[in-house]
Amino acid sequence: MIEFYIPVADWINAGFEVVSYHLSPTLRSLSAFLEVLIRQFEKALLWPPEALVMAAVGLLVWRLADRRLAAFAILGLLAAYGMGVWKETMATVALALSGTAVSLMFGIPLGIIASQSELAERIIRPVLDFMQTLPSFVYLIPAVMFFGMGKVAALVATMIFAMPPAVRLTNLGIREVSREMVEAARAFGSSRWQTLSEVQLPLALPTIMAGVNQCIMMALAMTVIASMIGAGGLGMVVLRSMQSLDIGMGAVGGLGIVILAILLDRLTEAITKKQEARKRTA
Amino acid sequence: MSIIEVRNLYKVFGKHPQKALEMLQKGHSKTEIMAETGQTVGICNVSFAVEKGESFVVMGLSGSGKSTLIRCLNRLIKPTAGSVFIDGDDITRLDHKELQNLRRRKLSMVFQSFAVFPHKTVLDNAAFGLKMRGVPAAERERKALEALELVGLNGWERVRPPELSGGMQQRVGLARALATDPEILLMDEAFSALDPLIRKEMQNELLALQGRMRKTIVFITHDLDEALRIGDRIALMKDGAVVQIGTPEEILTSPATHYVEKFVEDVDRSRIFTAEMIMRKPSVVVVCPKDGPRVALHRMEEYGISSVFAVDRNQRLEGLVMAEDALKAVEQNQKDLGQILVRDVPTVLPPTPLREFFALLTGKSMPLAVVDGQKKLLGIIVRGSVMAKLAGGYTDD
Repeated sequence: MIEFYIPVADWINAGFEVVSYHLSPTLRSLSAFLEVLIRQFEKALLWPPEALVMAAVGLLVWRLADRRLAAFAILGLLAAYGMGVWKETMATVALALSGTAVSLMFGIPLGIIASQSELAERIIRPVLDFMQTLPSFVYLIPAVMFFGMGKVAALVATMIFAMPPAVRLTNLGIREVSREMVEAARAFGSSRWQTLSEVQLPLALPTIMAGVNQCIMMALAMTVIASMIGAGGLGMVVLRSMQSLDIGMGAVGGLGIVILAILLDRLTEAITKKQEARKRTA
Repeated sequence: MSIIEVRNLYKVFGKHPQKALEMLQKGHSKTEIMAETGQTVGICNVSFAVEKGESFVVMGLSGSGKSTLIRCLNRLIKPTAGSVFIDGDDITRLDHKELQNLRRRKLSMVFQSFAVFPHKTVLDNAAFGLKMRGVPAAERERKALEALELVGLNGWERVRPPELSGGMQQRVGLARALATDPEILLMDEAFSALDPLIRKEMQNELLALQGRMRKTIVFITHDLDEALRIGDRIALMKDGAVVQIGTPEEILTSPATHYVEKFVEDVDRSRIFTAEMIMRKPSVVVVCPKDGPRVALHRMEEYGISSVFAVDRNQRLEGLVMAEDALKAVEQNQKDLGQILVRDVPTVLPPTPLREFFALLTGKSMPLAVVDGQKKLLGIIVRGSVMAKLAGGYTDD
């Protein structure tokens, strides 16, 4: 066998250096924006008395879903409070939800673009494959390189990790809209944008919502891993318990995440179902 | 000027249509082209014109290219070669914007699968075309309500289509197409997905609407009965080409090719043929009171018939003279034809379908008189000519 070596690692390092050098002004303003976003969100959750937050969440869940899920939400939050991880839980919620928000902000438009052009899809797809198969730890390195340790890097890693399902399912949902629907819209002289906004997007909504749901779940999962670069929150609890082999503490952190996951999953599901139901009845 | 004119239209599906097009123009068949170039021929050298206010039916089996053809008329499919003129403009040359405008204003379409939008209310569905056109909401709603009223859907405005039956969904589709008040209505197997009873009902309503509005309709169907009911003219397609264009009667009575003949062979002719189509000209009559029994007898002998109709000087039917009565009258030297006339003869109006007067022909050996509203004798029907018509569709005179 001929000896040869492909210096991929060197190339990428060099590339990153160049990119980070040229992009640093942009990155700094982006970083500032993300910093504000997540800090304010966290503050908004931590500033009022815990009981008030619980009541507010309960009410919101009741409105968006049903009474049962609202009861679960309040009980779950009470448990988190009781286990002494209230602050961490709120930090995780803030990180996961702002990560979701940012990844939807990029993911949905990307999905729309992918659905509109074969070329765009052919470019975007392998990138998504790459993003999804890459071990999630690997995201942490560039995030730290560009944004330093802390919440912003965690947010960026979360956003990138959680984005693929949003892109994929938006693209899929739009492409799945039956040919007849699109043909009917075109037959009445709709422009591409009109077809998209009047027919394709509304009909793709259930699939897009499934993407949102996935996105939230992925973001939540990433918050644990991102605790290694200073995300804080429940992930931090888990990480610390791992370092000190404290099974009990690890279970507490894990339980907190499970409660959040169930709550957010059922909530998006209920919202989707309600939308469907509203569509069916006038 | 015709409102739609299609000239030498071709559509080849595939990546290299030009090669296939050349082969087509040299006269190669669809299968040969498929084998050699891998291209599918959708439409092959189709030309026809549709006049304003006409109902033009394109009929053919599935795969005959009729759905492709109708989509070339609003360019949901871009033809490979040839021209389509709508109101004198060649739409194969329109750019994107002009095409949108054409679809927003002149043409609208009704689909086999209804293709109504499940997420919009019936009202919003009906208003869709107007919304695309940029009509303000209030006017849009008013016109959509009018269109819904036309198709009998008032009261259902706030409902969403998935709650409606197939027939009602297609009414929504029809209202959506009518709301923009287009000159041309393209109907792609619009009623084919409906069950027979509802389909009949929709056909009748379309005919009634058409009677009032006189739109130009291009109607695609695979069902001959439907084609015959709706079409002023029918074009029959096979393998992407038009085999015959003609009025329903022309298609039925003189099929141009074996294919058309096969197609029309299963038709229930007794429903299609009317008294007018079967009757013979009343070339042999006697005039009452001018002619007497002797003249009547002479005519019957001359033509070898056993009875003859008597009319007055204005061709109005008086009655029937039977041979044996005329013979008796001649023997008794009776001069007045009026005495021996059978006045109670069965008559039918010209548009009566055969199946409705068939019973009148059985039993008695009397011929049937076809008369108009003023009792004027227009023709006669004997059993023999009915049989001939039913058997082959070819007229014997």
